[in-house]
Amino acid sequence: MPVFNLAYNPREMDPRPDLPASDARHKAYWRRNIRYVGILLSIWFVVSYGCGIVFAEALNAFRIPGTNFPVGFWFAQQGSIYVFVVLIFIYVRLMNRLDREFGVDEKEDA
Amino acid sequence: MNVQSWTFLLVASSFALYIGIAIGSRASSTKDFYVAGTGVSPLANGMATAADWMSAASFISMAGLISFMGYDGSVYLMGWTGGYVLLALLLAPYLRKFGAYTVPDFVGDRYYSQVARVVAVVCAIFISFTYVAGQMRGVGIVFGRFLEVDVNTGVFIGMAIVFFYAVLGGMKGITYTQVAQYCVLMFAYLVPAIFLSLMITGNPIPQLGFGGVDQASGTALLDRLNGLHNELGFAPYTSGTKSTLDVFFITAALMVGTAGLPHVIIRFYTVPKVRDARISAGWALLFISLLYTTAPAVAVFARINLINSVHETPYAQVPEWFTRWEETGLLAFDDLNGDGRIQFVGPDSPLTNELTVDPDIMVLANPEIAELPDWVVGLVAAGGLAAALSTAAGLLLVISSAVSHDLLKRGIRPGITEKGELLAARISAGVAVVIAGYFGANPPGFVAEVVAFAFGLAASSFFPAIILGIFSKRTTREGAILGMIAGITFTASYIIYFKFVRPDLNTADSWWFGISPEGIGTVGMLINFAISVTVSRFTPEPPPHVKDLVERIRVPSGAGEAHGLNA
Repeated sequence: MPVFNLAYNPREMDPRPDLPASDARHKAYWRRNIRYVGILLSIWFVVSYGCGIVFAEALNAFRIPGTNFPVGFWFAQQGSIYVFVVLIFIYVRLMNRLDREFGVDEKEDA
Repeated sequence: MNVQSWTFLLVASSFALYIGIAIGSRASSTKDFYVAGTGVSPLANGMATAADWMSAASFISMAGLISFMGYDGSVYLMGWTGGYVLLALLLAPYLRKFGAYTVPDFVGDRYYSQVARVVAVVCAIFISFTYVAGQMRGVGIVFGRFLEVDVNTGVFIGMAIVFFYAVLGGMKGITYTQVAQYCVLMFAYLVPAIFLSLMITGNPIPQLGFGGVDQASGTALLDRLNGLHNELGFAPYTSGTKSTLDVFFITAALMVGTAGLPHVIIRFYTVPKVRDARISAGWALLFISLLYTTAPAVAVFARINLINSVHETPYAQVPEWFTRWEETGLLAFDDLNGDGRIQFVGPDSPLTNELTVDPDIMVLANPEIAELPDWVVGLVAAGGLAAALSTAAGLLLVISSAVSHDLLKRGIRPGITEKGELLAARISAGVAVVIAGYFGANPPGFVAEVVAFAFGLAASSFFPAIILGIFSKRTTREGAILGMIAGITFTASYIIYFKFVRPDLNTADSWWFGISPEGIGTVGMLINFAISVTVSRFTPEPPPHVKDLVERIRVPSGAGEAHGLNA
């Protein structure tokens, strides 16, 4: 009965050629990706932790126009969720465009 | 037809639907069983993820909790949706490109270490079992209250259904039943919400209705509720009582915990491409937000209705739902001043509160409190069961694949055949169902605490290990293992100390910096990150094939097939 195999067993890699690690275009692709993620997560942070939590009490002095929602309360229980959904769909669009621009999108036969 | 026959009819037909789907989607390979053959369309995966994620806690408990917590309940709303942004932007596409079958698979391969794999397996199994216990309590409540069968019989029926489609169909069966369960639970949630919104505010859209005008009093609904709270000695509904710092930390722990929960992560392995993983996270959050933006409206309606229907009501004249819930022990009235009337008041009132209400009953009791038609009550019961069963199935699959894939195939028995592994997966799913059934029949008395525990553990263990694994090539085996162990140990000790060892000290005064045990996972996560990064600087760099692996998961092209079986 073999005991638990503690020796690491390297996984075989997909043999198809990808971008070489040193490739400048690969680095540029990754930098753009990081920038998109950074911008989108800043919005994510400001809307939820900013408007919904830290500044919620101050914003509650105002009402969402046309409704009776205090602004901070609305961001915490409604607004932040809507923004989250929109952020993901924006990310999908940006990344799909970036993939095509750098030719790393998945071909139909992949 | 009365409430009970409607409930019976709707629950039975939804169960028949799930069984029908299970028969049509049996698994014939381990790839089918673990990742549904990676052939799930992004839209279907979004729906399945939504059902997988929205548990008995979301469906049954959340609106009730918000109803009692007011603004403070926002931690659940933001925490349990904001995590999807992290999942979509930081985890899902890369893990799909990696193409494994389980979360420990990624951790073990990226950190070139069986120790890391085993740590991950233990975390995954522990997190999943604690979660399953919570789902089974939900199943028990619904059966006990609406079908008036013994709770154990109810749990047994629920387990038999899950056993059928999880053991037979694995991920493939689970995925398509979850799509059906999403439709059932969402319909069941929206119908009473729309009814209530129309009755109270005249607006059919609950998301807008609760910011509208209360038709009975002619004032803004939220102002009316704040007024009632003030009158009865409760804190203002729209402001809350928790400290800002604590709200911040709890929200962060729930968000990060969501992104680290293995049963959610593995759903993104089931789609064909990286592009599909990105968009299906978007669909998932869209489907989830339909319930999560309705819940705070339901919370407000339920609060108003509860106060109006019980406060100062003579006990002799209470409605039928009141007596029925009293029988379950989740609602209790103690006539302290002997005037025969129910006083439902808050801590700042000169009167003494005589009514204790378990927040868990609010969503289930809501249709009856509002005197909605009998079929709506039955529908809510079927929806609650759909939410509990869909999540339970997803968790059971995590447990089964951790045993059959990570422990057997990638550990003790690398030479196991495809057929043998599939059989092992089915057997471990079956055993897991039985253990979950035991928890359902004998629920630990501290389910809510244990669920907070699961989030804290996921936040402080998996999340940093996976993020660093993708975004930092320099993170080493030693860094990741020590980080995970330190994060988990810290978080677990803090929670165990305040929840189980010294619950008498569990107040804001004795917490570190005023951070509650629910929010401590955030600190655990930061500790994990700090230790992983520091230790990685002083340990030998990861081997070249691992750096190469990280380079490859960063670009979408070449994902193709899941290559988890080639070790």
